[in-house]
Amino acid sequence: MSSKQYEFKSPILPYLLVLPQMVIVFIFFFWPAAQAILQSFYLQDPFGGRMIFVGFQNYAKLFADPDYWQSFSVSAAFAVCITVSAMSIALFLAVQANKKIRMETFYKTMLIWPYAVSTLVSGVIWLFMFNPNVGVIAYVLKHRFGVDWQYLLHFDQAFILLTLAASWKQLAYNFVFFLAGLQSVPETLVEAAAIDGAGSATRFWKIIFPMLSPTTFYLLVMNLVYGFFETFPIVHAITQGAPGKSTGILVYKVWRDGVINLDLGGSAAQSVILMVLVIVLTVFQFRFLERRVTY
Amino acid sequence: MKKAILVLAALLAVSAAYAQVTVEFWHAMTGKNGEMVQAICDKFNASQKDFKVVPVYKGSYSDTMNAGIAAFRAGQPPAIIQVYEVGTATMMAAKNAIKPVYQLMAEHGKNWNPKIYIPTITSYYSTSDGRMLSMPFNSSTAVMYYNKDAFRKAGLDPEKPPVTWPEFFQVAEKLKASGMEGGFSTNWISWIQLENFSAWHNLPFGTKSNGFDGLDTQLVYNNPIVIRHLQNIYDLSKKGVFIYGGRENKANPLFTSGRVGMHFESIGGYGNMKANCKFEFGVARLPYYPDVPGAPQNTIIGGASLWVFNGKSAAEYNAVAEFFSFISQPEIQAYWHQNTGYLPITQAAYELTKAQGFYKDNPGPEIAIKQLLNKAPTPNSMGIRFGNFNIIREIEDQVWEDILAGKISVKDGVNKMVTEGNKTLREFEKLYK
Repeated sequence: MSSKQYEFKSPILPYLLVLPQMVIVFIFFFWPAAQAILQSFYLQDPFGGRMIFVGFQNYAKLFADPDYWQSFSVSAAFAVCITVSAMSIALFLAVQANKKIRMETFYKTMLIWPYAVSTLVSGVIWLFMFNPNVGVIAYVLKHRFGVDWQYLLHFDQAFILLTLAASWKQLAYNFVFFLAGLQSVPETLVEAAAIDGAGSATRFWKIIFPMLSPTTFYLLVMNLVYGFFETFPIVHAITQGAPGKSTGILVYKVWRDGVINLDLGGSAAQSVILMVLVIVLTVFQFRFLERRVTY
Repeated sequence: MKKAILVLAALLAVSAAYAQVTVEFWHAMTGKNGEMVQAICDKFNASQKDFKVVPVYKGSYSDTMNAGIAAFRAGQPPAIIQVYEVGTATMMAAKNAIKPVYQLMAEHGKNWNPKIYIPTITSYYSTSDGRMLSMPFNSSTAVMYYNKDAFRKAGLDPEKPPVTWPEFFQVAEKLKASGMEGGFSTNWISWIQLENFSAWHNLPFGTKSNGFDGLDTQLVYNNPIVIRHLQNIYDLSKKGVFIYGGRENKANPLFTSGRVGMHFESIGGYGNMKANCKFEFGVARLPYYPDVPGAPQNTIIGGASLWVFNGKSAAEYNAVAEFFSFISQPEIQAYWHQNTGYLPITQAAYELTKAQGFYKDNPGPEIAIKQLLNKAPTPNSMGIRFGNFNIIREIEDQVWEDILAGKISVKDGVNKMVTEGNKTLREFEKLYK
């Protein structure tokens, strides 16, 4: 066994070394997670005066609620749309920026820039452009192009706007990783293929794209997680779940029910479901998708 | 650094010598209103030496309430917390957490007279037999704002705003015909077009005196008059006469930018209107349907009140009682009313403001007060007291959007609001029974 593993002389030292990290993980992850699981079985007064054990009733109520299923499917559709659009556009831009062009650095900088904008601010920027009451672009859409632009009432418009805002924010992140990935594709391989007569499309799909697969896989995971769990500020800024409750994605609903409506048990049950969802998603991705990735 | 420590030590010595009692007051007021909270506390602190009230801004209404809940659970609540009207039933039901104001004032207040307050305001925060649970602080009511310039342009008399709904809808159509993008818009579909609409027409919003007499209250506003009203608005939305501008107070820009000629909003937004409207605007009472007996009754308030947390020392309660007496004085109330646009909570403060001639240049707030005092409140117009009130309003907002988008008919929509709302009322009842 010629492994590079280091043998600790003292049996306690390694545990001591990981202890600080474990303490943090315990306090900020396991403890709240355990609390959430516990609370999800209770109906409770916000001031903590009364706790009534209700078993799985909080869960049963969610699963019997067609609105919850609707929130589920909207969240999934939202995450998939963001992932597809943010990744494909970022890949296209990265390929273009990787070519030898004039003002290459300028383009790269501009494309990376949005990453520095916080998610909430990006939501507000899009709100100010597209809000039917105050938005500049909303005004142009309505008065120049005669579009009945009213995303406060039309679900399709609201969904497209949210997807655009969320993808725009994520684009920069994807761009950085794709660009780095492209730069590590050996020139020689591409040149050899060119000499063998492969056209630029063939070179991209047969050589470059497969070589990018670790990056693509990583981004796929990150984008889905982003789409599912980190788009809360965008929904909060732009639609707040409207029209009706059609854009009330899962993370938004958890916050709304818990923080605004003070339904702690129901909100806790939703977060437990989300927790299970993240675990399943991650396990699934690493088990099934990673096998097809060539490192 | 040394200097700083010396100063700090000196300050500590001084405060120890006075043995001044300091209490915290958590609030959610921003901008001008936040400055006024600070100003009132400063006035109080300067008026005597025994007590000090420290205002602390805690974010939005819901943030403030959550901060209070978390602090209570951690055993460190402030003495005073500002809670919005929808949180009233939750605070009331948390009997272990709060000290009712009538009890506080009886034990710690000097010569406190609950009769000085305007009943339509205090009733919102009192038990059904009239005992005050929290101190009204910033109260407002819903009124109609209209664009006088647009009225002139449409050939209408700017000094004669429509009084009844049928007149109102005609005027709205004329405003649109005169070239405006739409005739009218409204904020707060729940608070203005359902709750205030019902009180103004003396119609029950819920059973048990709108929830004042028990947790087993039921929503009952799915009556033909409410349905007719929403149907009228819906029909005009199809013609582009009514423009939807979003939930809460999000529709304001439609009016301030001159895209619609009439708008419904809280009188608390008067200052904002004055700052943002580049045209002459007027304030009028809410319209009513003349065929409804008893209409117009009186409107109800919105806004927030001050709650006192339980488990504080007698000295701290003395401070709170002193502060509450202080802010109830006519001069302080008049100062608050004239600077924020919120309503005065005592009759004396209203009289004082009138005597000071404030309403000559600012007729809007007086119209709101008169509307509130129009008639002695009935069980339908004292206020609304529901548990999970936030969820009920959210359901109303959501269904209203579905109605406007044509997903559900007005009648089915209103019935759905009531059925769904009743479900959450039953949950609240189950928790507190």
